[in-house]
Amino acid sequence: MSEIILQIDGKEVRAEEGMTILEAALGAGITIPTLCHHEKLEPFGSCRLCSVEVGTGDRAKLVVACVYPVEEKLVVRTGSEKIDRIRKVILELYLAHAPDASSLQELALEYGADKDRFEKEASFCIHCGLCVRYCNEVKKKNAVGFVDRGTRKEICFVPEIASRECWDCKECFPLCPTEALQAAYVLIEALKFPRTP
Amino acid sequence: MPLINSPAELEKLRKGILAERDPEKRVVSICAGAGCVASGANEVIAAFGEELEKKGLDAHVDAKGTGCPGFCEQGPIVVIYPEEICYLQVTPGDVAEIVTETIEGDKVVERLLYLDSATGERATLEPEIPFYKHQLRNVIGDNIKIDPKSIEDYLVVGGYSALAKALSFMTPEDVLNEVKAANLRGRGGGGFPAGQKWEGTRDAPEPTKYVIVNADEGDPGAFMDRAVLEGNPHSILEGLALGAFAVGANEGYIYVRQEYPLAVENVLLAIEKAREYGLLGENILGSGFDFKVIVHKGAGAFVCGESTALMTALEGRVGEPRPKYVRSNIKGLWQKPSVLNNVETWANVPLIINKGADWFTQIGTEGSKGTKIFSLVGKIVNTGLVEVPMGMTLREIIYTIGGGIPDGKEFKAVQTGGPSGGCIPEEMLDLEVGFDELTKAGSMMGSGGMIVMDEDTCMVDVARYFMDFLCDESCGKCVPCREGLRQMLKLLTNITEGRGKEGDLELLEELSEVAGEAALCALGKSAPNPFRSTLKYFRDEYEAHIKEQRCPALSCKELIAFYIAPDKCSACGNCFKKCPADAIVGGKKLIHIVDQEKCTKCGNCFEVCPSRFSAVTKISGVPVPPPVPEEERTITGKSKEK
Repeated sequence: MSEIILQIDGKEVRAEEGMTILEAALGAGITIPTLCHHEKLEPFGSCRLCSVEVGTGDRAKLVVACVYPVEEKLVVRTGSEKIDRIRKVILELYLAHAPDASSLQELALEYGADKDRFEKEASFCIHCGLCVRYCNEVKKKNAVGFVDRGTRKEICFVPEIASRECWDCKECFPLCPTEALQAAYVLIEALKFPRTP
Repeated sequence: MPLINSPAELEKLRKGILAERDPEKRVVSICAGAGCVASGANEVIAAFGEELEKKGLDAHVDAKGTGCPGFCEQGPIVVIYPEEICYLQVTPGDVAEIVTETIEGDKVVERLLYLDSATGERATLEPEIPFYKHQLRNVIGDNIKIDPKSIEDYLVVGGYSALAKALSFMTPEDVLNEVKAANLRGRGGGGFPAGQKWEGTRDAPEPTKYVIVNADEGDPGAFMDRAVLEGNPHSILEGLALGAFAVGANEGYIYVRQEYPLAVENVLLAIEKAREYGLLGENILGSGFDFKVIVHKGAGAFVCGESTALMTALEGRVGEPRPKYVRSNIKGLWQKPSVLNNVETWANVPLIINKGADWFTQIGTEGSKGTKIFSLVGKIVNTGLVEVPMGMTLREIIYTIGGGIPDGKEFKAVQTGGPSGGCIPEEMLDLEVGFDELTKAGSMMGSGGMIVMDEDTCMVDVARYFMDFLCDESCGKCVPCREGLRQMLKLLTNITEGRGKEGDLELLEELSEVAGEAALCALGKSAPNPFRSTLKYFRDEYEAHIKEQRCPALSCKELIAFYIAPDKCSACGNCFKKCPADAIVGGKKLIHIVDQEKCTKCGNCFEVCPSRFSAVTKISGVPVPPPVPEEERTITGKSKEK
């Protein structure tokens, strides 16, 4: 693996080929906010909170740090007026679903996000996919997945698998960035499903 | 069926088929595209078969269902060769007369010819019809000559000669260079140069490569690809084989939406026929080049038209765009270099190889070469498919070819590029159509949908409609799209229902920025375009809705009222009879009144009120005048019918 030198927020950062901007930044002690990222899981790129700017001048563009690979001499800015504005709106959109989630409230404070900006639609779930991906990639059980698409998308345990696997695992519960309770609720919902004999 | 082992054998076969066909022989081509089939083309085809058999003419006249020539408004369409006599809106009842008069008597059936409503003149031959006269139909021109189920028909019009030429006289680099020199840009949406995309795949070190046809046409009102798939499937297969040869792929995929059953059927049959002749499969035309094509039926998700989502779906997983920043021509399907182009792009390739890049680049503008097929729909006289050289103005397409706006209405806007595109207003009608020109105007070429809107269309409601479509069709993975569009739809719905408030437009703009900048895929990034372009050109309509609760187009139901002008009502009773909600207070020789409480705003009263009275009106933004007092309702001095 060859070493790559890039610049993050004006600071020279050493990274290895194949790393993402997020990994390189973390290694250099630079914080980039994330919600759907987990070091054990493949990058998902759904929350877009880790959006950063790469390139300069006219060629500057917004990318997500959790996916974008490091390049030699890449110039990265992890914060700017525009980035902060986008993060604020993303948090506000999330807060309409899970206004009391502590992880969201901390970030909301940092970015000045108003939890009441959008009409509440309590669903807890913010579709970060941590439970779904953990169950699939780490536990390899696929007991929980996404159903439907677009604005109707939700997470759902598969009753047949969940009744067999979940009681003794529940490792996805603490991963949930909103509230672990909601995972428990969705699981129990699924288990109400009449079991096939 | 003989296996063809060399280009020479292909030419021999072609000559053989041509020799069996008498050029003077009458051929009756009946459009069997989806539009004409819906208006009864299959019955017309059957009627021709029966009538010709009955008269013992079936040996001398060929009657066949063909691909779609585009004039869907006037279907079912019948063209009689060799003269090219074109009959429109033909029913099975017309068939006997056509056979007697035209086939046997060499006379035209006047009443079935195109009638120019402006001049009152009729056009006998297809090329004389104004709708066709101003088009340049390089890609769909052969549709009406070809029975899409017959590979022989495709061979007769020169089919597979480009592939034979490439395999015998050109190297893969030559083919690639020709496409690059032609500056063929992708017809599916973004307009990315096809040659550049191909080159990336060709140069990628991974030896296994794929070529893919994006036939997941999903824009509302768009049916260009459908017409090519259904009408001339071999042209796509030939283009795809050429692409595969150029980039070094031996496997190709056609991702076609399941909602196009006839396209699926015709493409599958075309693959089978091409394989039987050895034009697909192993050692094609003895060249050593192997190529097979697999058809994958999509399950109805709009987002699968996005290239990475399409590849994910091809792999058998949920069709969601990939978050990766790697071009799919380097790492695409199953992580292998994959060229994905749209149907129309592939169909252009045989033309470029046969006629050369120089020919192709003569057509079009500096940045956009060749022709483009548009589906012209909405408030337009001639609904249908039109293929024009790039650089033609919107005005020429809409007025000269499309025949303008029906019912004497005023043009308001044309929506191009589907849900990712935008609305272009009247003052920009002289815009030359091209990839960059449309993008600059705040819209995009997209795949070629063109929805014409008249004065009765509310532009806020148009934005709301597309937002609703996108909320439903978003894959739901990333927040700026899933959540941002959800909120945008709420705001737009509120505005159209009179609940808009100060600050809504700024919030919509802010959400547009977040989706436009931070969404995961091109679909999410372009999703705010219908809102942005309507706001840019029709801000006054938004403001009227928000500030005055008024819909200037008199279209948004919650903001309009139906009102009968007392001085115009003649008590004819039409509205009273047609009202499904019993909301009209009628009576003999009494001025009719709309009971606003009961009215469901279906608009029936407005439709049926005779134009000589025009008593029923729509009002918006002002209070409904109080009803005429009972004692003043009696109509005196005028009879029921003026």
